[in-house]
Amino acid sequence: MAKMGILIDITKCIGCKACEKACKMRNDQPLTLDEHLSANAYTVVQERLPNTYVRRMCMHCENPTCVSVCPVGAFTKTAAGPVVYDKYKCIGCRYCMYSCPFSVPKYQWNKVVPYVQKCYMCADRIEEGSEPACTAACPTGASIFGERDKLIEEAQKRIKDNPDRYVDHIYGLHEVGGTSILYISNVEFEQFKAPFNIALPDKPLPMYTWAALEKVPTIVVVGGVVLTGIWWITSRRGEVEKFEAGSKQEHWWRFGKKQEGVKEKKEDKQ
Amino acid sequence: MVRIPKITFWRIIIAVIMVLGIYYTVIRYTQGLGAVTNLSDQYPWGLWVAFDVITGVGLAAGGFLIALTVYIFRIDNYKPILRPAILTGFLGYTLVAVGLLYDLGKWFDIWHAIIFWNPRSVMFEVAWCVMLYLTVLALEFSTVVFEGLKWKRLNQLIHMLIIPLAIFGVILSTLHQSSLGSLFLIVPAKLYTLWYSPLLPLFFFISAVSVGFAMVTFESFLSRRFLGKGIELNLLNGLARVNVLVMIFYLTIKIWDLAGRGVLGDVLSTRFESIMFDIETLVQVIIPLVLLLIPAVRTSTKGLFVSSLFVIVGFIMNRLDVAITGIEASSGAHYFPAFGEIAISIFIVTIGFLAFAFLAKHFPVFIEPKENEEEPVEIVHDI
Repeated sequence: MAKMGILIDITKCIGCKACEKACKMRNDQPLTLDEHLSANAYTVVQERLPNTYVRRMCMHCENPTCVSVCPVGAFTKTAAGPVVYDKYKCIGCRYCMYSCPFSVPKYQWNKVVPYVQKCYMCADRIEEGSEPACTAACPTGASIFGERDKLIEEAQKRIKDNPDRYVDHIYGLHEVGGTSILYISNVEFEQFKAPFNIALPDKPLPMYTWAALEKVPTIVVVGGVVLTGIWWITSRRGEVEKFEAGSKQEHWWRFGKKQEGVKEKKEDKQ
Repeated sequence: MVRIPKITFWRIIIAVIMVLGIYYTVIRYTQGLGAVTNLSDQYPWGLWVAFDVITGVGLAAGGFLIALTVYIFRIDNYKPILRPAILTGFLGYTLVAVGLLYDLGKWFDIWHAIIFWNPRSVMFEVAWCVMLYLTVLALEFSTVVFEGLKWKRLNQLIHMLIIPLAIFGVILSTLHQSSLGSLFLIVPAKLYTLWYSPLLPLFFFISAVSVGFAMVTFESFLSRRFLGKGIELNLLNGLARVNVLVMIFYLTIKIWDLAGRGVLGDVLSTRFESIMFDIETLVQVIIPLVLLLIPAVRTSTKGLFVSSLFVIVGFIMNRLDVAITGIEASSGAHYFPAFGEIAISIFIVTIGFLAFAFLAKHFPVFIEPKENEEEPVEIVHDI
């Protein structure tokens, strides 16, 4: 299946929150107006600048941090693009929340058995050949669903055709190795504050930890050999000392060596 | 006669800690994390992860260091330290597991890491290392228990395995002590620049070595005071000397790293994080280093105790800074642990101290039995 994605054109968003409502109905969440992403709001439309609305949701990274950090592999990047969560596997360590560069995963803090909550791009609907509830509900085309490659082309075309209207930046094209969600805007992204103002590297974040993790087999092998070697030398030295101390007469030719051994011991004590 | 009021005083304190600990435990398991902690979506990691788990593993590093010294390097002088250090390690890691059971949202699924693998995850590696190392420590300490119970056969079996176990334990410790630093490699954009470094795994490992030595000294002092048993001064002095070298190495690469990344100037900034970094470095490295370079301090019990205390407090500050303070600016929120979080942490540490005291009293922890002696247990009881 082709890699799908969502293009969010900030210039077209009127802040009607139809996407929020559609999302909440899809996921049986209470129909409240939320200011921030939470366990009960997988997407929110925020007026980050006067009359400029920014819709927040999971970015569905190409090389997702959450997929890499989860100790039990509860997150998966599906072939179609969505990053999905397996609540059965999850143990609740919240490393995904700590490390997500976009601070997307949220938690059910007041439940006895809490789960991580985040947008899953309506992966089941995509599987059926449909589109996510939010893009289907958008009345202005501010959020459109499609193949990621085609959305990139569309974004480039819009920027090229209207250079006065758009800033020349497709947010999500390169950030942390690219994301399935893409943004284009009439305002520099830094002005939208977190997470858009954070200088994210183009390198996928999992590569930073992999640089350390890939050394593990080497440490195990080299460590094992070196430690065994040291142990062999030290224990052999002990055996030789013992043997020489107890065999002064039978092996008179070792006499000199034994004396050396004794001297060393005395030095150690001092 | 002098001791009786002291013991009563401590008993009251312990009773209060226990009551609070049990109270908050009940709330945590019946009403969820939100009812006890100040954690939030902006601050998903707090005191329990940073102190009970990440710091706790570091504080228990003494076990592998002394096992390395005695079993691998065969420096026999240090044999008397081996058992208390292994016991500290064993209890330390057990408490880390207990801390995890409080912190994990789905604590009853803690075993999932055994069947659901993700080798790309640092947390997965840490989980496996800690599981395996806890087993190694249990086996290493089991010789003491078997000896106390006079189960000779089992004791002999463990003795045959002790060298491979020790080697395995050193490798596992090297891996997970450094990997706790690798946990933070994934947040280059979130963690404050003085703390974020590609060398985090190395820093975590070296500082764990340093605090491991300090903890052995610290515990010996407490054991002597409260149990009347401890470690000889000249051995502790030897550890302190090694620690001086470790701390000089740590400080050197820390400065080299800051300079290499071009952020050395930030040390002088008046930002909250920079000030915390400076205090942490002073307490963890510079002050104890200066203290231990003075021969009079190095050769006195009190001097060793005070400098170890600096290392330990500084180490705790470092871990809390990396895990909590360092991401405050990027989180857009403020976090200070709730009373319940602090109470549970103290509760867990207290259980550790009590378990140590109990085992040191009833098993031959502070005595190296000689092969000719038949009844090492009774000797302990006499003392």
